Amino acid sequence: MSDARPRPATRGPSEPGSTTSSPSVANVSRAVLEGPDIHRALTRIAHEILERTKGAQDVVLLGIPTRGVTLARRIGERVARFEGVQIPAGSIDITMYRDDLRLRPARPLGRTELPPDGIDGKIVVLVDDVLFSGRTVRAALDALGDIGRPRAVQLATLVDRGHRELPIRADYVGKNLPTAMSEKVKVFLAETDGRDAVVLIKEGDAK
Amino acid sequence: MKRHLISAADLSRDDALLILDTAEELAQVSQRSIKKLPTLRGRTVVNLFFEDSTRTRISFEAAAKRLSADVINFSAKGSSVSKGESLKDTALTLQAMGADAVVIRHGASGAPHRLAEWVDGSIVNAGDGTHEHPTQALLDAFSMRRRLGPLDGRRVTIVGDVLHSRVARSNVLLLATLGAEVTLVAPPTLLPVSVGSWPCEISYDLDAVLPKSDVVMMLRVQRERMNAAFFPSAREYSRRYGLDRDRLGRMPDHAVVMHPGPMNRGMEIAAEVADSPRSTIVEQVTNGVTIRMAVLYLLLGGAELEGGAQ
Repeated sequence: MSDARPRPATRGPSEPGSTTSSPSVANVSRAVLEGPDIHRALTRIAHEILERTKGAQDVVLLGIPTRGVTLARRIGERVARFEGVQIPAGSIDITMYRDDLRLRPARPLGRTELPPDGIDGKIVVLVDDVLFSGRTVRAALDALGDIGRPRAVQLATLVDRGHRELPIRADYVGKNLPTAMSEKVKVFLAETDGRDAVVLIKEGDAK
Repeated sequence: MKRHLISAADLSRDDALLILDTAEELAQVSQRSIKKLPTLRGRTVVNLFFEDSTRTRISFEAAAKRLSADVINFSAKGSSVSKGESLKDTALTLQAMGADAVVIRHGASGAPHRLAEWVDGSIVNAGDGTHEHPTQALLDAFSMRRRLGPLDGRRVTIVGDVLHSRVARSNVLLLATLGAEVTLVAPPTLLPVSVGSWPCEISYDLDAVLPKSDVVMMLRVQRERMNAAFFPSAREYSRRYGLDRDRLGRMPDHAVVMHPGPMNRGMEIAAEVADSPRSTIVEQVTNGVTIRMAVLYLLLGGAELEGGAQ
């Protein structure tokens, strides 16, 4: 799912909503979700979590770096606003558990910040920006197993773009987005990227 | 990062910061109930120790095991080396066994460098003669950073037997890379001739340097190497270059005391100083495992690199 993460090398595509191609590269990008859409999707996910877990008792939100952490924090704020329950939000880095480590040079690690009470007996909701092959989530499940024994693990994702390679599904989905394998989905969030948007990029040339 | 870690000078500032940041994340693993990560499963790390060492060997062994690597310990005593096998033949044996990394300690300066020519795996220098001990320098920098924050502009004083110390050389090189200002304090007889070209200051007066030091690192007086008259007597050395309570009081309040171990209590460091809360000596051991995990992960955790630098 690494292709879901905007890298500094990738410039933000053209103005949201417009489908122009940048002059030099034959990529066509289109914003599929704008700021207000993302806000509404997260609001719905927060309500769904409250509903499914009957008031979010014992819920712990764990975001997968980088964007998932921001999303987990936003969902946590909404849950607190709607029902006044403070649910802990942390992060879990899955780099050391990836199955494709040997395909690229060693990469830097993300932050793991667990709530002080740990995750034993809790309902852990993993939060990621884009659900794609499912391999990141598999790695996250392995990482959780080494940290503690949650009562249940659920998965929330802003975008589900399909093309699963493992038997994994999300419990809470912001938007189901049918995509071609050759396309890329990039999530921009105000905290890290200065604006909120989900952008679908059609690659002109296969790199 | 380069494929081997032989000298602290191999590390660029970015490399060194990457290792320290990685270690910062890995430090959490030591506090979990399951102190293990699956990252190096199926990789083989050979600990090749031609000189006695408990601390460093155990530290590397624990680090490799926490990353799920297979560890083979090879010590010169009771091995084919005591039957006269050369370093090259030992290297070819390791190569045939498919070692992905070789951690080597050797009495001869430059042995890890030679080994790197004969073995395909990554070489990690765990101390060669009086040359270098880069992972010790990394764990020292890591311990300093955890206590004091970023090292840019920090003043580090290294006191004692610099001549025989591989720790001092690696520390000077790494700390200079990280932007710290290093001062060496030693009797003139215990400074190497080449010290003028090192990126550091030299002083012979400990008391003058102490008040402006953020870190004071005491080096062990290596009695086994004291075959010439480097100083008149142990007592005189202790009086001029030992760290006692009075001298500790002259250091700034935030300053920390370090020692790479093993210590000669009462010689270069007083027992009460070694046990004071301002000493990082016990943390240094814990941090050693963490920093070695970071080094092994960054050398072995990704795709195999073609050739040397990448």
